[in-house]
Order: sequence, then C-alpha cells, then structure tokens
Amino acid sequence: MTADVLPAALAPAPRAAPGYWGGVWRRLRRDKVTLVCAGILLLMLAAIVFAPLIAPHSPYQASMLRRLKPIGFPGYPLGTDELGRDMLTRLIYGGRLSWYLGITPVAIAFVVGGLLGVIAGFAGGWLNMLIMRVTDVFYAFPSVLLAVAISGALGAGIFNAILSLTLVFIPQIIRVAEAVTTGVRTLDYVEAARASGAGALTIVRVHVAPNVLGPIFVYATSLISVAMILASGLSFLGLGTKPPEPEWGLMLNTLRTAIYSQPMIAILPGLCIFVTSICFNMVSDGLRTAMDVRA
Amino acid sequence: MTDKLVEVHDLHVRFVSRDATVRAVNGVDFDLMPRETLCILGESGSGKSVTLRALMRLNPPRRTVMSGTVRVGGHDVLAASPRQLADIRGGVVSMIFQEPATALDPVFTIGQQIRETILRHEPIGRAAADRRAQELLEIVQIPSARRRLDSYPHELSGGLRQRAMIAIALSCRPKLLLADEPTTALDATVQIQILLLLRQLQQDMGMGVIFVTHDLGVAGEVADRIAVMYAGRFVEVGPVASLMRAPLHPYAQGLLGATVHAGARGTRLTTIPGAPPNLEHLPQGCAFAPRCAWVEDACLSAVPALRSPAPGQAARCVRVPDTLQDAA
Amino acid sequence: MLLYLLRRTLYAVPIALAVSLVCFSLVHIAPGDPINAIVPADAPQEVVDQIRREYGLDKPLPVQFGLWLGHVVQGDLGRSLATGRSVWSDLSVAVLNTLRLAVAASLIGFAVGCVLGGLAGVFQGTWIDRVATGLAVAGVSVPHYWLGMVMVVIFSVELGALPAMGAGPTGGGAWAWDWAHIRHLVLPAVTLCVIPMGIVTRTLRGIIAEIMGQDFVNTLRGKGLLGRTIFLHVVKNAAPNALAVMGLQLGYLMGGSILVETVFSWPGTGFLLNSAIFQRDIPVLQGTILVLALFFVVLNLLVDLMQTALDPRIKRA
Repeated sequence: MTADVLPAALAPAPRAAPGYWGGVWRRLRRDKVTLVCAGILLLMLAAIVFAPLIAPHSPYQASMLRRLKPIGFPGYPLGTDELGRDMLTRLIYGGRLSWYLGITPVAIAFVVGGLLGVIAGFAGGWLNMLIMRVTDVFYAFPSVLLAVAISGALGAGIFNAILSLTLVFIPQIIRVAEAVTTGVRTLDYVEAARASGAGALTIVRVHVAPNVLGPIFVYATSLISVAMILASGLSFLGLGTKPPEPEWGLMLNTLRTAIYSQPMIAILPGLCIFVTSICFNMVSDGLRTAMDVRA
Repeated sequence: MTDKLVEVHDLHVRFVSRDATVRAVNGVDFDLMPRETLCILGESGSGKSVTLRALMRLNPPRRTVMSGTVRVGGHDVLAASPRQLADIRGGVVSMIFQEPATALDPVFTIGQQIRETILRHEPIGRAAADRRAQELLEIVQIPSARRRLDSYPHELSGGLRQRAMIAIALSCRPKLLLADEPTTALDATVQIQILLLLRQLQQDMGMGVIFVTHDLGVAGEVADRIAVMYAGRFVEVGPVASLMRAPLHPYAQGLLGATVHAGARGTRLTTIPGAPPNLEHLPQGCAFAPRCAWVEDACLSAVPALRSPAPGQAARCVRVPDTLQDAA
Repeated sequence: MLLYLLRRTLYAVPIALAVSLVCFSLVHIAPGDPINAIVPADAPQEVVDQIRREYGLDKPLPVQFGLWLGHVVQGDLGRSLATGRSVWSDLSVAVLNTLRLAVAASLIGFAVGCVLGGLAGVFQGTWIDRVATGLAVAGVSVPHYWLGMVMVVIFSVELGALPAMGAGPTGGGAWAWDWAHIRHLVLPAVTLCVIPMGIVTRTLRGIIAEIMGQDFVNTLRGKGLLGRTIFLHVVKNAAPNALAVMGLQLGYLMGGSILVETVFSWPGTGFLLNSAIFQRDIPVLQGTILVLALFFVVLNLLVDLMQTALDPRIKRA
C-alpha cells in the first residue's frame, strides 16, 4: 500500500522561482563587460546632458591665433581645432548632436517599423505580402548607399539626415519584427490560447507582444551604433550637420587637413564615435545573451 | 570463467558548471558478458543515458568529470588517450541514438556516412567499403539498398532512418552495441520491427547489447537482465523474468504497478507520489526515501548497499534480505 | 528545383524595376526644380524652356520615367551635366576601381573572419571565443572612415610607407597589378575590410556554434572519427549560410564604399557619387545609384540560387 501524503519532514524546501526578468537581471549583473560599457555610456550621457556646466569654453568661440594648438596646451586640455575652438568643449557638445542623430532615427524606426512588422506578421495574407514586398524593394539597396542617396537628394541638414536614416532602418526593423511575430504566432501556446477562447486582441496583448517586443528591442539597440556611424558619416561627407554646429562626424571632416600638422587632434572625434559605438554594441550583445533563455 | 565484455566499477559522473554541479551518476557497478543484453530502465533524469555515454566517454568533454573504472572489451575507457578512444569508438563499441532525424548529418548521403565509418577503422579501399555498405543496408532490411546508398537522411522515413543508423553502428562489427532509447521516437508498429531486428542482429553477430529505455514493455521484450536506475544509482538488478514478476525495490514495484497492461483491467493503477530528487542536492540517505511508503530511520542515514536475496538479484533497500551476505 | 530557380530569377525583375523607380524618383524628391542645377538662375526664359525641352523635363513624370528607362535598357545613361562626357564611360571606369577595392577588402575580411569565426565557434565559451568576438565587435563598431584617417596618420604621415591618396602613381591612370599600384590599394582595402571581417566572424561563430550543438556531431564522435573529419562535416553544413553572408557583404562593400573612397580619394563609384551630389549632376547621380543598386539585386539573386543549390535538403525537396 502506498501512502498518498508525503511525510512533511522529507519534502524538499520550496525555492521561489526567480521569474524570467529576474533571471535576465541576474545574468546581466554577472556580465562585467556589459556593465562596464553601460557605465561608460551613462557617464557620456551625463557629460552630454550637463554640457553647459562641464565644458570649459564656448563651442563656437573661434580665434585664428589659437588654431591647432596641441593636446595639453594650457587652458585647452585637448587642444584646439582648425578655427581655434576648444576641442574638449566641441567634443562634449558634439556628443549631443551625434547621440541625437544616432538614437532618434532608431527610436522612430522602432515604433513605425515595429508596428508595421508586427501587423504584417500577425495578419498574414495579402497585408503581409504588401508590406513585405515594399520592404524588399528598400532592402535591395545597401544601407550606406540608400542613406547617402536620400540625403543627397534632400540636401544637407539635420532633419534630412534623420529622415534618410529612419527610412533606412524602418525596413530592417520591419523584417525582424515580422519574422519574430510570425514565429510566435505559430507557436503552440498561441494555439492553446486561441483554443481556450481568447480573442485576437487579448492574444496579442498577453502572449504575442511581450515575447515579440524583447527581440525587436534588442535588435533596435544593435542599430544605434550603426546609426551613429552612418549619421556621422553623412556629416563627414557634408550631408548631415552643417558647420559651425559641433558634431563628431562633421568635426572629422573639417579636421581632415589637420592630419599632417596635428594628427592626434584630428582623430579625436572619431575616437569618441568608436568608444560610443563599441559600448552600445556590447550592451546590446549583453542584453541579447541575458534574454536568451536557452543559453 | 570467460572474459567479461564490460566491467564498470564505482562509476561517478558529474557535470560541473559555474552555476551548479549536477551529480548525474553516483556509484554504478555492473558487468556484461558477451552476447548478453542488459536493459537500463529509468525515468528522465535518472542518469541512464549518461551512464551509457560514459562507456564511450561521449558526454560533453569540458563539463564532465568521471571517476571509477570502465573497461570495455579489455580496454580501459577512462584512461584511454584521445586517439585510442577514437579507435575504440565505432570499432569495439558503437552507439545508436534516440532521434535518427537529427543524429545523422543532413548534408551527406547514407552511403557516405557508412563508408567513412568503415574506412576510419579498416583501410579496405573505397570500392570494398561501398560493397560492405550495401550489404549492411540489406542486413538491416532496407529495401532497394543500392539506391538508398545515395539517399540523404531527410529522404527516408523514420523507421528507415533508424535502420540506417543501425547499419552505420554495425559497420565495423563492434563487440558491444549501445542503444539509447532507439525506438522512443518511432511509431508503435515500427518500434516492434526495430526491436526484433536488433535481437536478430545481436544473435547473428554475437554482440553484447546495453539498451536504455523508460518503457517497461520494451525492456521485457529485449532484455536478459534489467537494471533499474534512480537518481544516478542502480536500485535493483536482476534477470528479466524474476524482476518483472516480483520486483524487490519499492521504486521498481511502483513502476510496475503504474504500468498499463491487459491483466490489470478493473484494478486501480498505483502511482508513486512526489517527484525525483534534484541532482544538484542529493539527500544523504536513500534517494527514494521521500517518496517511499516503507521508509525507516535506517534509510535516511546512509545510501543502502546492494543486498542480494538470491544470486543475480540485488536491490538497494534495507528491507531486502541479504542471504548471500549472511551465507558468505 | 529548376522551377524554383526560374521563379526566383523572375522575381528579381519586378524588384529591379522598383529599384529603378526609386532611383529615378530620388532625384525628383529633391526640393527645387531640377532645371536649376542645369541652367544658372538668371538665364533668359527661352533658354530655360529650351533646356527643359531638351532634357525632357517638360513632360509628365511617368513619361520621363519611361523614356529614361528606355534609354537605360539600351545602355544609354545620359551625359554628365558637369563634364558633358557620357555617364557610362566615367561610370565603367569607376565601377572597375570600386570592384578592385571591394574584392580586395572582401578577400582579406573573409579570410580573417572565417578563421576568427571558426575558432570562436569551435572553442565556444573559452578565452579564444572571447578574444575573437571582441575583435569582431570592435570591427563592426569602428567608423571605418575614421579608421582610414588613423591608418593614414600611422602609415603615411608618421611612417611615410604607404600613399594616402589615389589609385596609382599618376592619380587616375590605367590600373596595373604592379606594386606601384597595389601599394595604393593596401590602406583603403584594409580599412574597408574591417566591417565585413567583424560581421563574418560573428555570423560564422553563430553558425558553427549551432552546428556543433546538434546531435549528429555526437554521432560523428561516437563513430570514432578524428577531429579533422568532424571539422569537414561542420564546414559542409556551414557552407551554404556562410557563403550567403559573404556574398551579401561583397554587395554591401560595393554599395557602401563611398566613405572610404572619400578618405583615400580612391577613384571609384563612391567618389563619383560624392562629386555628383555636390555638383547636382543628375544623370551621373541616377546612373551610379542605379548601377550599384542593380548590382546588389543581381548579387542577392546569385546568393539565393547558390544557397539553394548547395543545400541537399532543398535540392531534392
């Protein structure tokens, strides 16, 4: 005869389940590299936001006497640019525009592209075909070419740069969003929800959206570094920010001739882009690894 | 006394990772004679597949820590160098896996996969290897063997894929065949065909077979001896007939009580309450104690040793009489 | 399978048409009348009208598109507004130059990427993996035009070893595969290869790690196969996807070389595009974008076909 009740003393002590997001946070906490990079990004963000309080000089004040002074020059710790403006100040202020140009197109594309992609993935049928075929046409262009072409057609300027970058990223996010949504839509738990009588809106809200937003968001964060490089690249070509606004890409352009006299100063803006870009990529990678339950 | 084909003594297998250490196998001893079939029976997580793979050191190399003695066909498996191990695998001992759809390389033909196994262990030349491959496909009763040599795995049905995998495993005439739930993924009718095929091949080729399964019916069909595994230990070992008729260990009794069979019509199925233990935190005493109806204090203090009421039968339970011990 | 190949090829045609439409419209979405790029603002009205008729700018847009497309199909891309030369003559030279640069960068990038990606995938989780992945992330994070400047600083300014500009000793002359020309290719190619190197490393690592985790690898080990044989199995399984990624990267390099070409004054399509944008040289602009985009479309098609041909699971389905 078998007992139906477990002797209480022998039952194993229950452990509270940490839950999915608890697990993500736990894994992130252990990922030193991601944490360091996130820390660097927060520091940069703080510097950019508090630029007027931190920067030693004005970003626009030029002086031909002071042009191209080296790093370590008294009063100008990172030297001066080709028009005599303080490099440290220009770099800090330049971060504002560079970050703005990097994040805004991705944010807009995330919303617009994400919506379109999820709709396409969930609706299926002719709506899916329509959205995806149009996306295919834009996908037929390499991104740099498309960005340059649209910017070139519209002309220089911050608004045009943001517009062209947004148009480049929307198709990419649509593709990812549609693929993820289609994948989730056909999974068994959605079938099960439908079988238990849940309406379409409920299914989207409870089952599809939470599982879909995560991967799309992680993909979007991986695009920020690309956006920053492309935006600065457009400014480098003269298609983005217009002088005398400080922006890292534009600064690289105007400092090109200074390569021969003050090479270290000429490459400083690019170094900022590189560090920002690598940190965003590391954080994005770390997020993806932490959110991947199978790892 | 003929040489034993397999000798395993005090085998422990742990998987070590940053988060935890999983004690998958905790002290397993058994022998296998040539031409004998041993069936390791257990639930998921009991350690049966890990034990099987340990015989070839096929567990993930970086995470696995093994101790004890494993001798197969006279070779010391745990002490073998990588080259020696590669020679033993496929040559002395072979394995067939549970899911043939994923266990075969999808971008090579069946013929190529058989041929490379043969040529790895016996340098007989490509033409001879191809001939032997075709013979093997015929032995495992795959129709149109000549044509099937050029088929890719996805072009075959589940049953034919499993036969192809058996052909690959037998291609170098191993002395020991390891089968890890080979029929679990197949339809019921195909299952029986494969089991019969395996039994036939074993007799024809004179191999020893160790069969891992969770299905009592399959065990009853193929085994000479059965070893019931729980939480990484053998909790009962015995000849198939006596074990299935009158199991000694409460867990084995529970398993049989829970099995659906024709003679049980009208009676209630018994279940085993609770769940298997967490292999990261094994209890100090008998691992089955939390779920056992006859638990005593002696069960909680130490892991019960194997006690033998009759020759060939043994169980890890303090309630089992140990006549051989007393007689010795 | 032949049916699939045919269908896939036919599908590329409407894509190519749509791409041409986008190229054509790009110029016309620009603010302002295109005529202003051709004639000065103070020209008399009859001249303006005459020029307008000459360039067909007085016709409705769809007709303009049709005419333009008709010319394009016959190989006539018009004449440059700035130089008066036929667009195709300049473009063909530029395309070849960019092709040389892109292929050189691809070969270096793919070679390094395959090695790093293979190592990272096989030794997943070890320090080798971390180093290789770190290099890959650095590769895709670096603004390559900045890297070009850094290379110029190190190798041209400081060391004086390699030239900073141009494609040959005479600047724009005919290409030859001699050291005098190749030394001009070194810096831009190495600069350009960094991004595809990073992408190939990461993608290949993912592909190989996924393959190594599959059941059949265990079967291969269980058969007693040696390391190099198992490696061959992995490579054959990885080939279709890996080659597809590499093929697409070549396309991106062709289309996206403008930044590096600007840094090094490399006389390729990117350079041509750059000057065309600033001179508002519409025929050159349209022609260059069209050729580059169509190249990408064709490349996509070829990659797709190759992937299908290589994977036995699709071949005989």
